[in-house]
Amino acid sequence: MSSAADRSKNYLNEESGLWSWLTTLDHKRIGIMYMITVMFFFLIGGVFALLIRAELFSVGPTVVEGAAQYNQLMTFHGAIMVFMVIIPGIPAFLGNFFLPLQIGAKDVAFPKVNLMSWYCLIIGAAISFYSLFFNGADTGWTFYTPYSIETDNGTILLVLGAFVMGFSSILTGVNFVATTHRLRAPGMGFFQMPLFVWGLYSTAILQVVATPVLGITLLLLAAEKTMGIGFFDPALGGDPVLFQHFFWFYSHPAVYIMILPAMGIISELITTFSRKVIFGYKAIAFSSVGIAAVSFFVWGHHMFVSGQSQLAGVIFSFLTMLVGVPTAIKTFNWVATMYKGSIQFQSPMLYAMGFLFLFTIGGVTGVMLAVMAVDVHFHDTYFVVAHFHYVMVGGTLMAIMGGIYYWFPKMFGKMYNEFMAQLSFLFIFVGFNVTFFPQFILGAQGMPRRYFDYLPAFEPLNRVSTVGSWLIGIGFLIGLYVIVSGMLKGKKAPDNPWGAKTLEWQTSSPPPHTNFHEQPVVTGGPYEYR
Amino acid sequence: MSTVNKPRSEGGHAFHFDNAEHEFETSKFGIWLFLCTEVLMFGGLFVAYFLFEHKFPETFIEGATYLDWKFGAVNTAVLLLSSFTMVLSIYYAQNNKTKQCVNMLFITLGCGFIFMGIKYLEYMHKIELGLLPGEMFSFTGEVGASNLGLYFSTYYMMTGLHGSHVLVGMGLIVWCIVRARRGEYNSKYFTTLECVGLFWHLVDLIWIYLFPLLYLVD
Repeated sequence: MSSAADRSKNYLNEESGLWSWLTTLDHKRIGIMYMITVMFFFLIGGVFALLIRAELFSVGPTVVEGAAQYNQLMTFHGAIMVFMVIIPGIPAFLGNFFLPLQIGAKDVAFPKVNLMSWYCLIIGAAISFYSLFFNGADTGWTFYTPYSIETDNGTILLVLGAFVMGFSSILTGVNFVATTHRLRAPGMGFFQMPLFVWGLYSTAILQVVATPVLGITLLLLAAEKTMGIGFFDPALGGDPVLFQHFFWFYSHPAVYIMILPAMGIISELITTFSRKVIFGYKAIAFSSVGIAAVSFFVWGHHMFVSGQSQLAGVIFSFLTMLVGVPTAIKTFNWVATMYKGSIQFQSPMLYAMGFLFLFTIGGVTGVMLAVMAVDVHFHDTYFVVAHFHYVMVGGTLMAIMGGIYYWFPKMFGKMYNEFMAQLSFLFIFVGFNVTFFPQFILGAQGMPRRYFDYLPAFEPLNRVSTVGSWLIGIGFLIGLYVIVSGMLKGKKAPDNPWGAKTLEWQTSSPPPHTNFHEQPVVTGGPYEYR
Repeated sequence: MSTVNKPRSEGGHAFHFDNAEHEFETSKFGIWLFLCTEVLMFGGLFVAYFLFEHKFPETFIEGATYLDWKFGAVNTAVLLLSSFTMVLSIYYAQNNKTKQCVNMLFITLGCGFIFMGIKYLEYMHKIELGLLPGEMFSFTGEVGASNLGLYFSTYYMMTGLHGSHVLVGMGLIVWCIVRARRGEYNSKYFTTLECVGLFWHLVDLIWIYLFPLLYLVD
């Protein structure tokens, strides 16, 4: 086991050929397969987004063939981005690759299950896209009854696709909880775990507990559409609002499935590039768990205008505001970590700071929407669209991009072009604000979301927003160039280019099949910079 | 690293675990987590059941009169027996008695068949009478309560989801039989048998809740 000979072998070149990838049980290779998959879906979802914005450039029909096609675009943009990009994005891609490395394990607990979860995603996605041949689906990604029952049957396929993709999420969650509990390196207690692991762990618990409820909800919806079981049909004694309760019981925690691992990445980035011990390690760790716990009791805030009782509304409103507390704890701790640190403005850090800025706007507008009186006015307007894009894109996507650049040298053993990466960030950051900030104003003025058309008064700000979407598109294209060119012809990366302290940087780049050349033993915390 | 290449039935283990015990405990932990997801999935149906039962108590009382509690009771007994034989098969595997282990698995599988057979008879009987879910409800007899179709929707969804789990469980038991006959299970390795056993017990447990809720409402 002497290292000189071993170092030429790594997980990328140990075996070759497409088949060796499709049947691999190595968490790192599965992570890379997720990366390619998610980037592909992101491209499709992104093109749909650009088409939506292009349609809204002017009053009246612009580029899309009528309102029906617009509704399908909007539905698929949402479903793709939620189920195929943001939910698997961090846990299944970056988490798969780095959870075992960060805790000093050789693999995840159940490698076969891990591979199976990738196939579940692919099969589920295939079923979803197949629905496009049957008039697609036009319900929005939320599938609200009663409309989803009455509309074309393509919806069933999208619903079943999401059901199968749910298995992918559940299996990843089970794997990660077991891995975190059982496979930590000797000496690594829960409070020596890197904060990205804490984020993934909280996420995995949410995936395990919440996703099955989505599963049964989607099954019931499919049964409703095929057999007319009447659970959501008032004519047969059912209740359409029950669907909303079921749906949001999953889909609100799902919002935290999207953001918690992103917060984990941000914790890593900020401490590494400030060259400072993270401020309030335990506070950040526990606030992840806190957010996960509270997130199960806030689903009613999606339903303030659905006729739930006022008392329920008040309780949900209060609990929703409560989420702001652990979230703010994290934000303040990150800022405190940067305070008097030796900050390096590498592109991962730029994304981390972009996250802080955008996510704070998204979070604060979230608290606004939690106020019932405000929500009744803003419900189903572009204000909500802007709010959750600030959280999902400004939060999660910024973190994914930062994470990709941060771990790129480790994943591929090569460096990317720093200048181009910063240029990409500039376009995405500016473009994002140009796109979505006007939507806050449009929403406050009363422009409803999800519509094919709008009143002439809304046109100027919609034009600004569409121009912004082009900037985002350019930014991501540059990002794609940075990633692909870095993979192909990047300079060879050292094992630890950022001087980071967590375990994944202690092994070679790219890591060998068994992750470490010898079993790491942990003797201190993850961020001992001084 | 010699343990890595040994088959599991001789005390080997996958490369990323410290030892066979570590692997066994982790697998069990994983299957328990998976069972949590199953409970939550059925949980959605139980919530729907209690909601509709609260809304239409008479419907549920009347609906239950169309079910024959004797069939349900026999099925309960069959599943309880199968859980017992499942436990015995693990016990025999732990004591290196492969033949008895396989026999017990066959009895468990047989119980699965009996359960599904009885379920089939029940379904056929109801379908003939037109006691169908939701809008397909076409029962021509005298009906007292409103929305009886909703009761049968609940019935079919709950027992259908449960039945599909029984079928999956039976498939897993067949897989265990194949492996057991190859002599893969012994005192050093019986992880998959244990995990399938836990799954089978959960399926059994869910039925124990379904039986009174659906058959014994009154």
